[in-house]
Amino acid sequence: MNFAASPVLELTLPVWRSRFLLYVFVAGFGLLLGRAVYLQGLNNDFLQAKGESRYSRVMEVPANRGRILDRNGEALAISTPVKSIWAIPGETHPGKRQLARLAALLDMPQGEIEKRLADTGRDFVFIKRQISPEVAERVAALHIPGLFQNREYRRYYPSGDVMAHVLGFTGADDIGQEGVELAYQERLAGKPGSRRVIKDRLGQTVEDVESIKAAQDGNDLTLALDARIQNLAFSQLKAAVAQNRAKAGAVVVLDVDTGELLALANFPTYNPNNRSKLAGAQLRNRAVTDTFEPGSTLKPFTIALALEAGRVKPESVIQIAPGTLSISGATIRDAHVERSLTVAQVIQKSSNVGAAKIALGLPAEAMWEMFRDVGFGATPGLGFPGEAAGKVRPYRSWRPIEQATMSYGHGISVSLVQLARAYSVFARDGELIPLSLSRMDAPPVGRRVMAPKTAAAVRAMLEMVVNRDGTAPRAQIMGYRVAGKTGTAHKQENGGYAPDKYVSSFVGFAPASHPRLVVAVMIDEPSAGRYYGGIVAAPVFAQIMAGALRALDVVPDGPMRPIELPPEGQEVKESV
Amino acid sequence: MVRLNLILLVVLAACALGLVTSQHQARRFFGELEQEQERSRQLGVEYGQLQLEASTWAVHARVERIASRQLHMRVPEAKHLQIARPEEAAK
Repeated sequence: MNFAASPVLELTLPVWRSRFLLYVFVAGFGLLLGRAVYLQGLNNDFLQAKGESRYSRVMEVPANRGRILDRNGEALAISTPVKSIWAIPGETHPGKRQLARLAALLDMPQGEIEKRLADTGRDFVFIKRQISPEVAERVAALHIPGLFQNREYRRYYPSGDVMAHVLGFTGADDIGQEGVELAYQERLAGKPGSRRVIKDRLGQTVEDVESIKAAQDGNDLTLALDARIQNLAFSQLKAAVAQNRAKAGAVVVLDVDTGELLALANFPTYNPNNRSKLAGAQLRNRAVTDTFEPGSTLKPFTIALALEAGRVKPESVIQIAPGTLSISGATIRDAHVERSLTVAQVIQKSSNVGAAKIALGLPAEAMWEMFRDVGFGATPGLGFPGEAAGKVRPYRSWRPIEQATMSYGHGISVSLVQLARAYSVFARDGELIPLSLSRMDAPPVGRRVMAPKTAAAVRAMLEMVVNRDGTAPRAQIMGYRVAGKTGTAHKQENGGYAPDKYVSSFVGFAPASHPRLVVAVMIDEPSAGRYYGGIVAAPVFAQIMAGALRALDVVPDGPMRPIELPPEGQEVKESV
Repeated sequence: MVRLNLILLVVLAACALGLVTSQHQARRFFGELEQEQERSRQLGVEYGQLQLEASTWAVHARVERIASRQLHMRVPEAKHLQIARPEEAAK
C-alpha cells in the first residue's frame, strides 16, 4: 500500500483544530519575541552586568607618593612598595608547623598571631603591615588558605635623624603626619586610578576596555634645604648639646637673599625609619613650635629704633655707673660694670642698663610696632604644622619696668625661626622677606621696615660683638667678617625666673660686608657649668657658619689669620 | 550567478579567517604590552630602591666618618690656606 492511499489521509478533521494550533504557535512565538526584545532591548542592564562580570574586571592602578628632594636634587624621602599580610579569621586555619614558620618569618610571637585569628567575628584582620617584598614572597610560599597580601607603600628616609623634624613622616597608609610630609600632603600624595580590562579563563588580561580613572603619581617636592648644611648644623648641634649637657637645642640657617630655609636642626631627635619608641620631647620641632624669652638678642632692635627715631647716634655716650637701674622697685643689673658706654658698646658688651635707659626714652607704641614689624607675635609663615607666633603683649598694658626689660628681651617670647628672620632685616639693609620651605626660583619681594642707614649702623655694632672686646669672640670665623649677638636668659618656671636654668643663644650673619647667611643657635638649659651665649652658642654658630660658607663657595671678605681669643676667664660677661 | 556566489563565499571565508588571526595577534600584542608595562613598573620600583640605597651610602655622616677615619682627611690649617680671588686672577 502506498502512502497516498493511506486511509488516515481520508480523515477529515474540523478546520478550527488546525487554526487553533496555528494561533497557539504564533502566540508562543510572539511571547518569545516580546521577552527577547524586553531582555535585550528594554531592560538589558541586569544581564549585561552578569555577562560582564564573567570576563571583565576593574583593576586598581597604584600611584606613587612624590619624593622629597633637597635643593641639589638629593633624595630625602622615597616611597617603595611593600606588602601587608591580612587574613579572614574564620577561614584561616594554619597547621602547627605553618604557624611557627609564619611567626618566625614575620618576627612576631606565635600567640599574637593566634590571638588575631581567634577573632572570628571579623572578616578582615591585619596580621602585619609593611613587610619587605622578599619576606612576603616566602609567606606566600607557605600556602596558608585565608591568608592574603596587599600592596602598600612604605616611606624611607635615608638621612635618618638628621632631618627628621623638617621632613616629618607618614603613617602606615602613606599619609603625612608631621613636618613637610603633612604640610605638603596634597602635593605629594598620589591618586590611585582604576581601569576596566577583559580577562581570559586563565586570569590573564587580554584586552583593555577603558580607563576609568588615570592614576596620578604624586609630585616631587624640592625643598630649600641644603643637605650638606643641614648635616653640618645637626652634627654641630648634637655635639654642643652633649658637651654642655643641655636639655635640648636648635639651629636655623636662612639664605639672606631669598629667605629660603637652608637648614633646621633640633636635638633631641628621632629616627623616622624606626618610630617604635617615640617620646613627645623627641618629636617637637623646637625651632618652630617652641617659644622662649630671647634675652639680649633683642637689644639690636631697641637700638635700631632709637637710631631710627634720631634719639641716639652710635657714638652717643650712655651713663652706666653704678651698674644698676631701679624702676618702680625693680632693679636692672649689668654683669660687667662700666662707668659709661657708647650706644655701640651697649651692644658690644651687652649692657642691660644701657639698653633699658635707651628704651625708656622711646614711646611704647613705637617699640611695639618695631617688634611687630620684624615679625614677632605673628607666625613666620614657613608652612610648618604648629608654627608658634610668640607673644608680644599690647603696648597699652606695658608698665615702664616691662618696657625696660623688653628692650633686652624679657617679657616677650619668640621662636628661633622668628629670631633668625628678624636678623635678616639687618642683613638685608632693612627689608623683611617672607620665608620659604621649598626652593625658590626668584627672590621674593621684601617689605621695608627700617632705613638702610639704620640697618648698616646696627650691622657695624653687631660686628663689634665678635671682636676681642665683645661678648662673643668665639663666633669669629677665619677669613670672614661676622656680625651677631649673644643672648643668655633665665628660663621661666612656675611664673618666675629659675635662677639656675638658662637659654643660651647666638644669632648672626656673615660675610658682614655682604651677608649671605643668617644662622641662629639656641641651647636650652646648658648645665656643664657655663651658660653664657658667647661661650655656649657662639662656637656652634662659628662652626656651622664657616662650613656653610665654604659649602656655598662664598668669597672670603676678612683677613686670613688665625682667630684671636681673649685669655681664658677674661671674656666680657654679658648681662643676664 | 552560482560562480559569483562561490567567489563571494571564498572571500567571506578569507575575511573571517583574517579577522580571527588579527584578533589573535591583537591579543598577543596586548599581552606583550602588558608585560612590558609591568616590567617598566618593576624597574621603576627598582630605581626607587637603588636611589634609596645610593642615598643611604652617601649619607653625609658616613662620608665624613670615612674621610676622617679611613682616609685621614682634615680641614687644612690657616697657614696652609691661600685664597684665589677672581679679581686677582683676572690681572
